[in-house]
Amino acid sequence: MTVPAPVITASSLTKKYKDFVAVDGISFEVAPGESFGLLGPNGAGKSTTMRMVGAVSTRTSGDLSILGLDPNQHGPSIRSQLGVVPQADNLDTELRVRDNLLVYGRYFGLSRSHIATRADELLEFAQLSDRSKAKIDDLSGGMKRRLTIARALINDPRILLLDEPTTGLDPQARHILWDRLFRLKEQGTTLVLTTHYMDEAEQLCDRLVVVDKGTIMAEGAPAALIREHSSREVLEVRFGSERNATAADELAGIGDRLEVLPDRILIYATSGEEALVELTRRGLEPITSLVRRSSLEDVFLKLTGRTLVE
Amino acid sequence: MSADISPLQTGARARRWGAWYVAEHKIRSMRGYIGTLVATAIGTPFLYLFAFGVGLATLITGNVGPVPGVTYLQFVAPALLATAGLLVAMEEYTFGILLGFKWNAIFIGMNAAPISGRQIINGVVLFVGLRMLVTTSVYYLMMLLFGAVEPGWSALTIVAGLLCGFAFSPVAAYAATIQEDRGQFAILQRVIILPLTLFSGTLFPLTQLPIFLQWIGWLSPLWHASELGRQFVYGPTEPIWLTVAHIVYLIGLGVLGWQLCVRIATRRLDK
Repeated sequence: MTVPAPVITASSLTKKYKDFVAVDGISFEVAPGESFGLLGPNGAGKSTTMRMVGAVSTRTSGDLSILGLDPNQHGPSIRSQLGVVPQADNLDTELRVRDNLLVYGRYFGLSRSHIATRADELLEFAQLSDRSKAKIDDLSGGMKRRLTIARALINDPRILLLDEPTTGLDPQARHILWDRLFRLKEQGTTLVLTTHYMDEAEQLCDRLVVVDKGTIMAEGAPAALIREHSSREVLEVRFGSERNATAADELAGIGDRLEVLPDRILIYATSGEEALVELTRRGLEPITSLVRRSSLEDVFLKLTGRTLVE
Repeated sequence: MSADISPLQTGARARRWGAWYVAEHKIRSMRGYIGTLVATAIGTPFLYLFAFGVGLATLITGNVGPVPGVTYLQFVAPALLATAGLLVAMEEYTFGILLGFKWNAIFIGMNAAPISGRQIINGVVLFVGLRMLVTTSVYYLMMLLFGAVEPGWSALTIVAGLLCGFAFSPVAAYAATIQEDRGQFAILQRVIILPLTLFSGTLFPLTQLPIFLQWIGWLSPLWHASELGRQFVYGPTEPIWLTVAHIVYLIGLGVLGWQLCVRIATRRLDK
């Protein structure tokens, strides 16, 4: 069986703004149909990478190939096969919901009749059929986001780029959006998304890179990254901000590793419950305690010494 | 949910017609405030021609130009039409440009699709041309109604109006450089545009101004467009080389600003 050619290949990809290096020589590949994530905090260089992949930002150095084409030479041809959901919605607020799709479809040279049919299908998909004549300003944040995704799908793209798709949305709106994105994934659309939410990355990504300060810290499937860089479980204990630091000394030897954060202490262990038993045996009484499974947040903390959302 | 033609084909079509799609988008956006646009397009010429033709013209009965027998209304009407073209262009080349980059960032969205910065600006220039064409045509019809012009060659004054607006495209290039709105457009309007309308031989011949102020008119696209319009309405009143110079100056300035705007916009989108 032959391995399908990657749809995105980045090699030593770099973007500099004068003295500031936003993306510092990152390399990755995305296979067709794959759901690929860039996980990292704000300012990690995720959006800049997305703009370069979206063929709107010229790289400073390195190689980049999108669908076998170099964006420096074939920007419009590449963009005609992409769907882009930018970090900030840029829907036309002077147009109604459905008109936004009609106008956008024209940019891909599609016929009016084709766009009209497709717009109705996409409004259905985005659960916005009953809002087709609404003004953009009257939509909720989640609705705007879904409309932006619908707009990005108007040309039936081979790759969908999503920059922070659920940032700023309430939990319910996020879940609706995840459901829609999951459907696209099932249909075989290649998804590339950036996020600083580890739960989003775990839900949607087959594979991801952890990015910090313009470089890749780790790469792999979410579960594999957690296995590799963290313990199975985490015990989170709070002693109050005054006592956290001193309590940490008394916790030495419990679990595999400790992380002391300003508001809580994380104890990495194979069994969180056993760690809690040992803690109680030593006479320590935390204000709150919580046993949970390790997440990508822990991977990020281990790799960078910082939390994702600060 | 598959497209009826391949993305490569759609990409090719977008490259060919991109500017037109941008203009189409802008026209569709106008539907939201079409009432205001129509009212302005009809109300403005009516009010101005009424005020000048029925009001001020009754006071000015003397000779206003090198050709005897030209009424004040005939003299002032081509300049008013050119000013109307200028005002439409100024509106779109200032707020229209910054809107697309910033407040309602449709240019960013277009650029994420196969549309290039050049096509976006070409589309805006095309759209402004169409909007000016409607406005100046309505103006011309009103001029006919008020008896300010005879039907015929005078219709070419519409072209002078279009060139006048086009010659203000350096303003669009400037608008494309603006990152933060600090009232620059209001200053532009008050310090440059308003004085230009007064010192461009619009309401009185440029030669009435002292010689040390006449250079303002020579630089002003509005003076060139007004004089050009007058040639079509009741000319010729000047040597042919001067008429050609008006056309060359207006087109030259327009092309310069337009191409500059394309460069600035392309650079701004690529960040």
